[in-house]
Amino acid sequence: MSAAFFRRNVLGFLGLALAALAVIAAVGAPVLSPHDPVKGDFSQGLKPPGTPGHLLGTDQLGRDTLSRVLYGARVALFIGICTVLLTALVGGLLGLLAGFFGGWPGNALMRLCDVQLSFPFILLALTINAIVGLGLRNIIVSLAAAGWVVYARVVRGEVLSVKQRDYVQAAAALGTGRPRILFRHVLPNVAPSIIIVASLQFSQFIVAEAAISFLGFGVQPPTPAWGSMLSESRDFLYVAWWLAAFPGAALALTALGVNLVGDWLRDILDPKFRV
Amino acid sequence: MVIRQSGGPRESSGTLVAMRGYFLSRLGQTALVVFLSLTVVFFLVRLSGDPVLLFLPMDIQAKDINETRQRLGFNDPLAVQYTRFVANAARGDFGESLRYRRDALRLVLERLPATLELGATALLLTFVAAIPIGVLSATRRGTLLDYLGMGAAVLGQAIPGFWLGLMLIYFFSVRLHWLPTGGMDGPANFVMPCIVLASFYAARIARLTRSSVLDTLNEEFVLTARAKGLAEWIVIGKHTLKNSAIPIVTLAGLETGQLLGGAVITETIFAWPGLGRLTVQALLNRDFPVVLAAVFVISVTYTLINLVVDLLYGWLDPRTRREAAA
Repeated sequence: MSAAFFRRNVLGFLGLALAALAVIAAVGAPVLSPHDPVKGDFSQGLKPPGTPGHLLGTDQLGRDTLSRVLYGARVALFIGICTVLLTALVGGLLGLLAGFFGGWPGNALMRLCDVQLSFPFILLALTINAIVGLGLRNIIVSLAAAGWVVYARVVRGEVLSVKQRDYVQAAAALGTGRPRILFRHVLPNVAPSIIIVASLQFSQFIVAEAAISFLGFGVQPPTPAWGSMLSESRDFLYVAWWLAAFPGAALALTALGVNLVGDWLRDILDPKFRV
Repeated sequence: MVIRQSGGPRESSGTLVAMRGYFLSRLGQTALVVFLSLTVVFFLVRLSGDPVLLFLPMDIQAKDINETRQRLGFNDPLAVQYTRFVANAARGDFGESLRYRRDALRLVLERLPATLELGATALLLTFVAAIPIGVLSATRRGTLLDYLGMGAAVLGQAIPGFWLGLMLIYFFSVRLHWLPTGGMDGPANFVMPCIVLASFYAARIARLTRSSVLDTLNEEFVLTARAKGLAEWIVIGKHTLKNSAIPIVTLAGLETGQLLGGAVITETIFAWPGLGRLTVQALLNRDFPVVLAAVFVISVTYTLINLVVDLLYGWLDPRTRREAAA
């Protein structure tokens, strides 16, 4: 790997490093955490960072902030991955079908997307979540229900253009079946845009989940989610800044890492740059 | 895109008719969007369990539940309930807030100005901050200024607003005692909510301004303007910026609607007496008449903002104006 290559992609590498850090925290939380993330010790309540045994301090119940931040990575990444997979599958498939077969079902789907896009994303996810109920599964469902339209839109647009390319026309002329054309010729050529959208949506979902949990919906205490930790920290802002600082910094760095990787992927995969 | 030859006065009257048709179809679309949003939320609310329990506080007596169910008409078939809801909503009647015992729509509309005030100030801050940063980063490409500006933009995009809000409160209210933590009593109250609300949008708009200006700087008319010996600030300010504006306005339009979403979080952190905070409280209190009224007002506001943005295009780029009219 040459120095020039590294310099040109320095932001991409930084993003990869930050994202890897989040993955390590999530996977290694049980090993890396010095304490149980949900078990408190009242005698150790609200200790500042640097207290022996509690590198990042403790909260009002004496729970170790570092352990909770590490476990919070699990919750955040789990929700992010599940939501992205669910939206990519549902939205991608619908967009693929709408673009490939068109007709009135495709048009109806696009009108539905228009309606859904005419409502702020976070507010939509929040409203759905408040209605379907709280908890880990429901927050994933809510975010996916609010987020699938982006895939459907992007994928449909891509399919419409890929469908006209010579190799697809050639495959059709050779008598290839429609499902085979769809999955062997169209899908692989639409895949880069699905990956780009997924990487850009991923951080949006993580931040949205945290925002919804912050507002009192979504993931509930005592589950160590960054959003609900920040929500609890509001009551202690005057006495314990670390309760707000660390979960938020973890969230921001994860979002930054994922965004940088997303930008990088777009530069690599975007047809405009591929020539 | 083809540039059409400008016609005489006859064409301009044709443009007017086309504009009216466009306007009417857009209004029809808005009505459809609002109607469908309300329908979806209505059914979600009704299908998510016993609506009476959703509509009542937790500590209610059993006989009150039945009485309320009868009074609010939940014993009727769903189709009847829905028809009644649509008929009432068309007259602007969303029922009475369960918490405040007042007309839900009026309650929502009373909170709207505070949100619009915050949103407009944040939008102003966004443009004042983002466009100069984007333009300077583009014209001084590769310099320290460019790296600083874009670094700030990348960070601004990644930092969640509610965390930024908490940190600002900690530094400027708790530690320095410079700014109030919340409420809406004076100009000082605007500072932190506006920064929080603007941060994400400013970051995106700064990045887009940079890339759009970079694209435009390669155009021949910029070269011509420079060759004519125009001052650099005229070349940038007049020839480049106005021609870079289309993607910026597009994004700004999309984002302005999202400001309403951002307001939900910002208003909650800073105890801002606006629509967003009211909506969150209504959702927490299961005050669904208010939720439905808020959905109504938000979707109307959102689509109106997008309409204004579309009309702005015509002003910025006469080519799209003629094309829409043709």
